[in-house]
Amino acid sequence: MPQHDVLIIGAGLAGQRAALAAADAGATVAIMSKVHPVRSHSVAAAGGINAAINPADDWRSHAFDTVKGSDFLGDQDAIEVMCREAPHEILHLEHIGVTFHRNEKGELDLRAFGGASMKRTAYVADITGQAILHVLYEQLMKYHETVARYEEWFTTSLIQDDDGTCVGCVARDIRTGVMETFTAKNVILASGGAGQCYKPTTNGLIVTGDGIAQAYRIGAPLMDMEMVQYHPTTLVENGFLITEGARGEGAHLLNAHGERFMEKTAPNKMELASRDVVSRAEQIEINEGRGVGPGGAGIALDVTVVPKKRVHEALREIVNIGKDFAGVDITAEPIIIRPGQHYIMGGVKTDIDGATPIEGLYAAGEVACVSVHGGNRLGANSLLDTLIFGRRSGEHAAARAAGMSMPTLSDEQMHADAAWIDEIIGRGRGGRRISEIKEELGTTMNQYCAVFRDAEGLDKAHEVVRRLKEEARTAYIDDRGTVFNQDVLGAIELGYMLDCAESIVVAAIERKESRGAQYRTDFPERNDEQWLKHIDIKVNGDDTPKVTYSPVTITQWQPEERKY
Amino acid sequence: MAEVHKEPQEFTLRIRRYDPESGEPAYWDEHTVELEPHRSVLEGILQARARFDGSIGIRCSCRAAICGSCGVRINGQPGLACHTHLDKAVASSRDGVIEVEPMGNMPVLKDLIVDMDQVHWKKVQRVTPWLVNKQPIPEREYIVPAYNMVDVTQSMACIQCGACVSDCLSMEVDPLFIGPAALAKAYRFVGDPRDAQQFERLKDLAEDPHGIYDCTHCFKCIEACPKGVAPMNQIMRLRRMAGDVHGINDRNNGHRHEIVFAHLIRDHGLLWEAELLPRSYGGDSFFGKFHPAAGAELVSSLPAITKALVRGKVTPMGALKPHKLPKQDLGQIHSIYDKVEGREEPYELNLYVTGYDEDESGAEGMPSAETGTPGMEPEESPSR
Repeated sequence: MPQHDVLIIGAGLAGQRAALAAADAGATVAIMSKVHPVRSHSVAAAGGINAAINPADDWRSHAFDTVKGSDFLGDQDAIEVMCREAPHEILHLEHIGVTFHRNEKGELDLRAFGGASMKRTAYVADITGQAILHVLYEQLMKYHETVARYEEWFTTSLIQDDDGTCVGCVARDIRTGVMETFTAKNVILASGGAGQCYKPTTNGLIVTGDGIAQAYRIGAPLMDMEMVQYHPTTLVENGFLITEGARGEGAHLLNAHGERFMEKTAPNKMELASRDVVSRAEQIEINEGRGVGPGGAGIALDVTVVPKKRVHEALREIVNIGKDFAGVDITAEPIIIRPGQHYIMGGVKTDIDGATPIEGLYAAGEVACVSVHGGNRLGANSLLDTLIFGRRSGEHAAARAAGMSMPTLSDEQMHADAAWIDEIIGRGRGGRRISEIKEELGTTMNQYCAVFRDAEGLDKAHEVVRRLKEEARTAYIDDRGTVFNQDVLGAIELGYMLDCAESIVVAAIERKESRGAQYRTDFPERNDEQWLKHIDIKVNGDDTPKVTYSPVTITQWQPEERKY
Repeated sequence: MAEVHKEPQEFTLRIRRYDPESGEPAYWDEHTVELEPHRSVLEGILQARARFDGSIGIRCSCRAAICGSCGVRINGQPGLACHTHLDKAVASSRDGVIEVEPMGNMPVLKDLIVDMDQVHWKKVQRVTPWLVNKQPIPEREYIVPAYNMVDVTQSMACIQCGACVSDCLSMEVDPLFIGPAALAKAYRFVGDPRDAQQFERLKDLAEDPHGIYDCTHCFKCIEACPKGVAPMNQIMRLRRMAGDVHGINDRNNGHRHEIVFAHLIRDHGLLWEAELLPRSYGGDSFFGKFHPAAGAELVSSLPAITKALVRGKVTPMGALKPHKLPKQDLGQIHSIYDKVEGREEPYELNLYVTGYDEDESGAEGMPSAETGTPGMEPEESPSR
């Protein structure tokens, strides 16, 4: 039975950063992922990473922008930690090899990004996430003797001891089908968000809310789950992401009349207002008949105003995306985009060290909710979140491990999970196909729990999710094998997604105001008096989850009206 | 604005299936899917999996050519399933059915899933794939020219999908060849001014018999790469730096071979095989062939030479007599050399720097990038 001081589940930026930090702190470390680490969805982060690294900048300015971006729902102590430590973290990344682009003086170059009061986004062309992810993996290859890697292992359950402390997990080797119990003094969840609850989404097919649901199932509270970010620029075609870097480099958003309609809602920041604001403005244009393209379902993103040379060196990836997936040369003509599901601000509730209320269980990155993003995440703050809280979790977990002995575990949970998988594989063909349920879930969420919401739609969505949960119990699969049985993993992932979706819908029903990404047409105003608080969601057997509240931490910035 | 809405139509996929638990050999499995023609082969496979057979094995995630999971061969050509449109795939098929197979040069685990650890990642680990910092590490960032960071972005853009490894001809012949992906990774450090071991890395890769001189410039990796990394160009840049910048005369005679190759073409317009090997090993002059190393190489090459003679691929006279082009043709060759060698800077092979993407000029209805840089000019000979 493998035993480690710190076991990290998920190997995107948060997971890899946690692993390296824990190893540097002297802990024995394992990192486990259902995919090869460089396939993790952090790879898709394009535009950059924020830090007040310019001597003329100040971390407090970054922090205030983040607080304002969060529509004052972010916890200010956590935001202060993130923004204060950001420059140091960027320099660390630079030192281990991230090829950040430079200015003429050879210093880190910075680009403009949404919701930021000055240029503070460091970047590598428009492959920043990929560049950082691959460099961290270079470091993991360097650390190959000190960090054990379990690549293509799928976690089925977290294990708790009698006191409720998290002491390991059960996982399945995808290549062989072998099930194994992993003992750990600490488990760090770093398995990303839950974008696949939606269709379309910018998120990869692997982003199925595994960690959020695994933590939820053992009683960890989920926070801010109603806050689901719709990115302003996703391809109408298929939901693929066009980086905010495009607007950062100067691209315009135009409606059918060729107007820069952001003038109306954000006269100062225009296209670079925060994402919730831009997405809402776009959706209004579309809803009111000023959309472009087939059915008027989109908005024109005009990149031709950016110099071509700059596009080729700094936005090369979206040139490719335009060419390959929309048949558009973005250097010559506008491309049609619309708001699309992109990010879950909510997640497993943690403190500023990544610790969840469950002893021994940490969470970092999109799976977690610290909360630094509150009601709306600023572009280029997600990479920062993964790295800062990944590192802090790794360090904290390593320190906690130093003072304790290795738990002793039985294989009880492993046998239960093996039986569960056998049950899925053995199901008769009476029910629905997994793919049908997933499709219905995605389109339902995108219809009723999107940019604009109301009680009626949300109730409908909840009803559908409850029904789908029932149907998932008998949904059948085709693959009866053990080697790379992706079919059975898909069935388990569907369960994870349904738990996440229900948490999102329940929280969205609960919050009877409009704040950040949650815009209720039936409660169109922000209501600080009643709703300046987090909504926490906890598992309640098979019933609708329990809802409680927790306070928002305010240090130095009192809520005020939000204008861009 | 481009037409984006097209009617769905039927496409038939012929997928190579292999179930290691069945004890049966691999077989072909056909499914007909219905999708718009500009949807990807991956979407086709996913629809087949969703509707008909959930057991079809393929790694995939982002669907947008970023995560590098879905490397396969489509109609025999390596690439990403998500990066190939159905209509284009039909056009390149033999019989109107899109054939999808696992990548080559790597063992198949199941269906379209190959073991990348055994081949690809092992080779990446071989090139010391992490930055070895120049000391002292500065308090703030390293101050480095903006150019260099844009320059290494082309190799950073590699998504480790393995498409280039799949069809590397040199690797087929020499499985120990470090290969296009890992060598492109190596360039990412060699070209990084923060790395302390540029010379050591180049020396290592030049001296390794399976290193940079093991590449035969077949261009397959450049064609295969979905991200424009152009691994072969990165290998050529490694050679340039090893041979021309650091003067590394490797024990494989790779660098000398390149020099002789270019000189023979300059002088004769055509390759003169009988002089090529002796001079590569013995030195680049008429007297090279009298050097003991040239003799040793001649002896060791005798079986190959004999075979070529027996099969009539060369004649003794044809091999020994210098080939020569007519004078006016040779003049044109000389003017190419004068132009290439007369430049102060070598021709740039990096598309992030030049803005020039090789497939853009050939793409239908796609205007080529106007860059105002020399990138649009023809590339120099790969051996120099």
